Amino acid sequence: MADRKTLQAVMISGHTNPSPGFAMQRDLEVCKLVDTTTCIGCKACEVACVEWNDLPFTPTTFDNTYQTMPETGYHFWNLIKFNEHQNPDGTIQWLMRKDQCMHCADPGCLHACPADGAIVKYANGIVDFNQENCIGCGFCVSGCPFNIPRFNPSTKRVYKCTLCSDRVGEGLEPACIKACPTGCLKFGTKDDMKFIAEERAKQLRDNFGWQNAGVYDPQSVGGTHVIYVLHDATDPERYGNLPKDPQIPWSYTWWKWLFKPVLGTFALFGLLGVLAHHVTHGPRVPQPEPPKKDDNIGGAY
Amino acid sequence: MSSRAIEHFDDKARETFEHAGRTTVYGGELLRHPVYTRILHWTVALFFFLALFSGFGIYLPWLFRWFTPIFGGGQLSRIMHPYFGVAFVFFFALQALNWIQPMLWAPGDTRWLRNIKTIASGEEKMDPPDTGFFNAGQKAMFWEIVAGCIVYLITGIILWAGAKTFGRISVAISYVLHDISALIMLGGIFIHIYLSTIGEPGTFHSMIRGAVSEAWAWTFHPAWYKQVTGRDPVQACEEARRQMNAGSKS
Repeated sequence: MADRKTLQAVMISGHTNPSPGFAMQRDLEVCKLVDTTTCIGCKACEVACVEWNDLPFTPTTFDNTYQTMPETGYHFWNLIKFNEHQNPDGTIQWLMRKDQCMHCADPGCLHACPADGAIVKYANGIVDFNQENCIGCGFCVSGCPFNIPRFNPSTKRVYKCTLCSDRVGEGLEPACIKACPTGCLKFGTKDDMKFIAEERAKQLRDNFGWQNAGVYDPQSVGGTHVIYVLHDATDPERYGNLPKDPQIPWSYTWWKWLFKPVLGTFALFGLLGVLAHHVTHGPRVPQPEPPKKDDNIGGAY
Repeated sequence: MSSRAIEHFDDKARETFEHAGRTTVYGGELLRHPVYTRILHWTVALFFFLALFSGFGIYLPWLFRWFTPIFGGGQLSRIMHPYFGVAFVFFFALQALNWIQPMLWAPGDTRWLRNIKTIASGEEKMDPPDTGFFNAGQKAMFWEIVAGCIVYLITGIILWAGAKTFGRISVAISYVLHDISALIMLGGIFIHIYLSTIGEPGTFHSMIRGAVSEAWAWTFHPAWYKQVTGRDPVQACEEARRQMNAGSKS
């Protein structure tokens, strides 16, 4: 962590050797790895999330699947999406995908947000909502390609997974990781997780016959700080609408950061324009005007 | 609504509001806007500026965040902005019904717009003789607001309900269209305020007291002057000039 680093001892009085840990490099960027191939759908991560974040009970919906409710909610940030997928050879696959905020490197929610300080991205890659600054406009919902931010109508604020930024800041893993019994959830630096994910995907390809197994880390949003290992990375949609090519709308990029200020300034030029007109041409007054003088006597300067 | 029904509704409204106020027209003046029109105009103006100022903070917070405390902070700005907007559209709709007759486009209006340079520069002291109750500039602005209100209403409802109801792409598109509509009206309001106050003196009290001077009428709306007085605007102006010259010589 950045603050940790500033408190790292680089010189110690009366100490001859280099101080312990001096010159040690530590990657700041964190990442959560979700291996969908080893998830058993036990929902321990859902419970852990609700527990750690002290979220009130949300009624569950039973719809003849192994899914707790249709989608995540403002008091339920982490949901195992269950999908039954039929392979071309007629076999059935039960796909379990942990659905939560992806903590994009280029976050669409943050781009869309008009409220100062309501959404922040930390150096470690966590994208966090500060509800005290949220104005409840809901633009983040439309900016997010993963359909994650959830509007709470009673508080008029938007909520989502924090990647347990409070735990990570203290050097702990997120609550869901701690609860996972199969090791399908891992947490560490982005590089380490990417390495483990690629190794696992290679294992799936080489030893288990999943020729299309791969890692989901979409580059269209600059990569994410939650990555998946998928049996078939060519078709992420089958895992409960995981977008193949997530996009941030043009409205929140070019329009918001370039055209809005530029065109807004142009509109304000309208004010300058009319005032300039008054100064240079003067008003149009009802006719007849008083008779004009031929020579403009007075005011030579 | 048929045009007859609209006319009936407007007449009824003007009559009702005449009891709520009074318009004094002195000698040398003409009635321009009755009480109903004036109340509508200022109600529309009130909600326009409330919507505009509450929208500024959402439009460009890093520049206009200081507008939000007026409404009790960002959250309340966001909550109240749609209500201001709906009120603006509602009262403007009444005004549109009230004005639809004089706002209809006439052949002379296209000519007026082509001549806008000579009129705006003050080269033409008086508006063209076929300029009626409203000139082409006012009509253009009126129809722009009508179109803008339709855009505001459709995109505003989509933004109000949000991506949950209408999907993220329709919100993203509405976001841009809502902005464009607001930018056009923001540019328009400067021109409107300028021309109705210091740009063309004598205009402002048509919306305050409801009356304008005859000189104002024959200068800026000659066809309307001719219609209500039966006199020729150019001759009336020349007559006034002769009187003025005679007065200044004596």
